[in-house]
Amino acid sequence: MHIIVYIKQTFDTEAQIAVDSNGKIDSNGVHFVVNPYDEYAIEEGVRLKEKFGGDVTVITMGGNRAQDALRTALAMGADKAVLIDDSALEKTDEWVTANVLTQAVASLPYDVIFTGRMAIDDGSGQVGVRVAENLHIPSVTNAVKIEINEKSAVVTQEIDGGTASLEVSLPAVFTAQKGLNDPRYPSVAGMMKAKRKELKKISLTDLGLEKEKLVAKMTVGKYAVSAARQAGKKLQGSSAQQVAELVNLLKTEVKAF
Amino acid sequence: MAKGIWIIIEHNQGKIRKVSLELLSQARKMAAQSGEALTAVVLGENVQKLVSEISAYGADKIILAEEPRLAEYTTGAYTSVLNKMIRQEEPRAVLFGHTGMSRDLAPRLAQRLGVGVASDCIGMELAEKTFLQFKRPVYAGKAFAAVAAENCPVMATIRPNTFAVAEPDSSLQAEVAAYSVEIDPQDIWSVIKDVAVAVSKRPELTDANIIVSGGRGMQGPENFALLEALADTMGAAVGASRVAVDAGWLDHEFQVGQTGKTVSPTLYIACGISGAIQHLAGMNSSRYIVAINKDPEANIFNVADYGIVGDLFEIVPLLTQEIKAAVK
Repeated sequence: MHIIVYIKQTFDTEAQIAVDSNGKIDSNGVHFVVNPYDEYAIEEGVRLKEKFGGDVTVITMGGNRAQDALRTALAMGADKAVLIDDSALEKTDEWVTANVLTQAVASLPYDVIFTGRMAIDDGSGQVGVRVAENLHIPSVTNAVKIEINEKSAVVTQEIDGGTASLEVSLPAVFTAQKGLNDPRYPSVAGMMKAKRKELKKISLTDLGLEKEKLVAKMTVGKYAVSAARQAGKKLQGSSAQQVAELVNLLKTEVKAF
Repeated sequence: MAKGIWIIIEHNQGKIRKVSLELLSQARKMAAQSGEALTAVVLGENVQKLVSEISAYGADKIILAEEPRLAEYTTGAYTSVLNKMIRQEEPRAVLFGHTGMSRDLAPRLAQRLGVGVASDCIGMELAEKTFLQFKRPVYAGKAFAAVAAENCPVMATIRPNTFAVAEPDSSLQAEVAAYSVEIDPQDIWSVIKDVAVAVSKRPELTDANIIVSGGRGMQGPENFALLEALADTMGAAVGASRVAVDAGWLDHEFQVGQTGKTVSPTLYIACGISGAIQHLAGMNSSRYIVAINKDPEANIFNVADYGIVGDLFEIVPLLTQEIKAAVK
């Protein structure tokens, strides 16, 4: 079984966000990680390979630094990695990213494609579905359970207020939600092995894509850091007094009831 | 020439989701300002009965796409129908609530149409060149970006609780158009095996106006009953921090934070939650925050409007009792 996993390198969840003088997000001093939802995607891919045989190819788009994310995936058990690094990809949106990532698998065999349900930086959660549309294959988002059969899969997805189970034919794209599995930590042996695994760096030209045709549909203006909340007041007195005051505030200020 | 603002209406068991009413209410104002017509689009089976309610929120026109295969949401069928409808009618803007359905549907549809989507927006305004401009959170709300698209239609999913619901006016009547549904057979690529929606009397986290949330300080799953009791006095939803979810006390669907749900209720009551940056990112945009924690140094007090330093096992039941008395 040939498995593709799309990943993204993101800021660590603990990162404080700052905006530089050009109105861009400042990445100075930030620690980078594999997007947390993509870890579930990698883990599911590796488990499928362990069960059915085959190989896992992990693909990302980004600068040189993103190699670290690919090495982590290789250390978790992926077999091959592809880094799409091109200066023309500075200004992308979901449409551009999806088109580039689609092209990256055009010459590869695939039965299943995984990615995280969204990246925790841009939070848009569109790319996996858009790739599926480009490839004319099914997609199931927010997967919390995946059972693969010969030519189809039964996938349980999180929906608002519950779950739904769907059967789709393969190949298909699945986006991973927390709860799908417990991602393994890369072992030392895994990390040593990862160093010897193939990590291919390619450009848009290598993919046969014309930069001029990859113009983002969405334009992002300036970023702004959200205003820090002010600490309000700590209530005083006995528990009963504090609760009485809180109830009064909830009634008069918040108008909660 | 493209025209009109479209709202894709979400409904479940004959009930319109609140976020759809929020969108109708806000788009009504923007339609009036820009001279555009407001159209509500409803997909499903037996959706005729939703017409009077949608009309009351000021839609000029309602397009009903009724078909048994649209009774339950599936990506393929919904994309197929909306793609055709949008290509025929060429609306200027198509807006969705940022819900489970739209997170699945909007990107698929947008890719087929070759357009961008602004996801999870928490603001929108009219703009000269791009018709609409959106404000959307990045890094789970630690920052915001202003985004726009010159494509047509402009598409966006809007976070629940972003806009207020207007007073309905039952004297209003929208023009109703039945859409003749055609679904491409190759778009029917999933078979629904089972749908399990928890029967809860509490609202969905992302829809909720009030959320009562618990963290490490809850000490165990059994103690969440205290929060449930408090929540039920106010019609609130129950949430949890990552610590509580990772400990297995509550399912992931209840998690608020950077790797959980981002919420923006009017009131967020954090019980036994220390206030890790990942959690704050998920609830920072709550209108009011109340913190109950025995550690006076807890970070949560730096963002809380009202803080109670104390034992939640004493405070929460007391609070439940007092609110019960107050709402009587």
